[in-house]
Amino acid sequence: MKPPRFAYARPETVEEALSLLADGEASVLAGGMSLGPMLNMRLAWPELVVDINRLSGCDVIAVEGDTVRTPCLVRQAVMLRNGNVPLLSLALPHVGHMQTRNRGTLCGSVAHADPSAEVPLCLTALDGEVELTSQCGTQKVAAAVFFDGLLTTAREPDEMITALIWPKLPPGTSYGFAEIAQRRGDFALAAAAAWACVDGAIARVGFALGGIEDRPRAFTPDASGLPASEATARELAETAVGELDAMSDRQADAAFRRHLGVEMATRALCDAFAGAVS
Amino acid sequence: MRRIGAEERITLTLNVNGRRRAGMAMSRTLLSDFLRHEVGLPGTHVGCEHGVCGACTILIDGRAERTCLTLAVQAEGCELVTIEDHAEDGGLNDLQQAFSENGALQCGYCTPGILASCVQFLAENSDPGEAAVRDMLSGHICRCTGYVGMVRAVLEVAAKRRSGK
Repeated sequence: MKPPRFAYARPETVEEALSLLADGEASVLAGGMSLGPMLNMRLAWPELVVDINRLSGCDVIAVEGDTVRTPCLVRQAVMLRNGNVPLLSLALPHVGHMQTRNRGTLCGSVAHADPSAEVPLCLTALDGEVELTSQCGTQKVAAAVFFDGLLTTAREPDEMITALIWPKLPPGTSYGFAEIAQRRGDFALAAAAAWACVDGAIARVGFALGGIEDRPRAFTPDASGLPASEATARELAETAVGELDAMSDRQADAAFRRHLGVEMATRALCDAFAGAVS
Repeated sequence: MRRIGAEERITLTLNVNGRRRAGMAMSRTLLSDFLRHEVGLPGTHVGCEHGVCGACTILIDGRAERTCLTLAVQAEGCELVTIEDHAEDGGLNDLQQAFSENGALQCGYCTPGILASCVQFLAENSDPGEAAVRDMLSGHICRCTGYVGMVRAVLEVAAKRRSGK
C-alpha cells in the first residue's frame, strides 16, 4: 500500500507541464483522489508524476458566453459552493466526502473516467466538452466521444485536460440527480442526471445514466408535448436502459443494474420535471 | 520547477504545527508516513491507505485532507496541523472535551482524523443540522461507536460556541 518509485516534477506553467508530458510516459497528478489510490495499490506504475497543483491561474471558474469553463485545478469543494452549473450542485454532494472534495478536482475525475463517477456523468448529460492541450495545440472533445470505456478516454499521453466546458442551458431549465450506492460517498451502483424544460407539458428533456455501462451514456428523447409525469419519466427511463449493455460485478449483476438504472433515471427525471433546481 | 529523481532521497522541510520540521523523503513518500516516521508525530493514524477510512486526515491550510493520498513533497509551503497541536493551554480543547464526555470514541484510532474534519466543518458551519454533521462524518470509518456520540458532541460544541460559552 505504498506507491512504487517514480520521478517527480512540479511545473509552474502549463507549457512546462506539456513539455514533460511530451517527453515520455507520465501521469498527471492534480487532487490525487484517483491517482493516489492507484499508486498506493500499485495499479499505476508511472515513470514520472507531473504534479500540476502549482500551475498558476488554473483554478478560476469562468463564465464565457453560454458556457462555464472549469480549468484543471478547480476543486470539487469549490465548485459545490459556486452554483454556476446547477446540475453539479446536485451531483457533487455524492462525490466522495468533504475531505476528498477539498482536494479532488473536476478535471481529475473526468481524466480517471470511472464508469460510476458523477462528474463525467454530468458532463455527458449536459453535452459538455473536454479541453485537451498538448504542445501541438488545443482541441475540444465532446464528452460522448471522450469517454471510451472503463478508465479509458480519448486523451493521448502527451495531452492534458486543461479545462471542462459546461454548456449553460436556457433559463427555465430545471435539473435532477439521483444515485444509489452501498455507502454514502461510495461508488454509485447506478446514477442518473437529468434536465428538462417544462411549459405545461415537456418542451425539451435530456438525461444520462452512469454506473450501468462502462461509460456514461446520454439520451435526448423527443418527448415534446408529453405530460411531465412520473409515468413519462419511467417510460423514458425504461427505453433508455433497454439500450444499455449493463456491467455485472460482485456488487450488482446486469439485471439488477438495469433495474436500478430505471429507478434512478425515473427519480432524476421526476425531480427535473418538478423543478428541483432552476 | 521542483524535480526529484525516482531513486533520489531529499531533505524535506515542512511547516508542521507552527514549526519548521525537516526529514528525509523520496518522491513516493506519503505525507502520512513522513509525519509519523520522519517528524515523529504518530498521532496521524494510517488505516486503509487509499483514502477511504479517513484515519490519516489532518488540516492542510485549514482544510481536512487525506495524508495517505498526498505526497510529502506536495505539502511544501503548506501549513499542516496534526492532532498533536489540537490541545489548548495544555489541556483538551472544547471539541476533544465534548468527544470525551459524549462517548464519541472508544479505541480512538479514527479520532485524530475525525477531529480534523470537525475543525474545518465547525469553522464553516456555526449552526449545523444533524444531517450535515452525519454527512461530514461519512468521510470517516469508526467501528466502535456507531457515530451517535460524535454527532451529539459536534452539535453540542456548535451550540456552545454560538452562545459564547
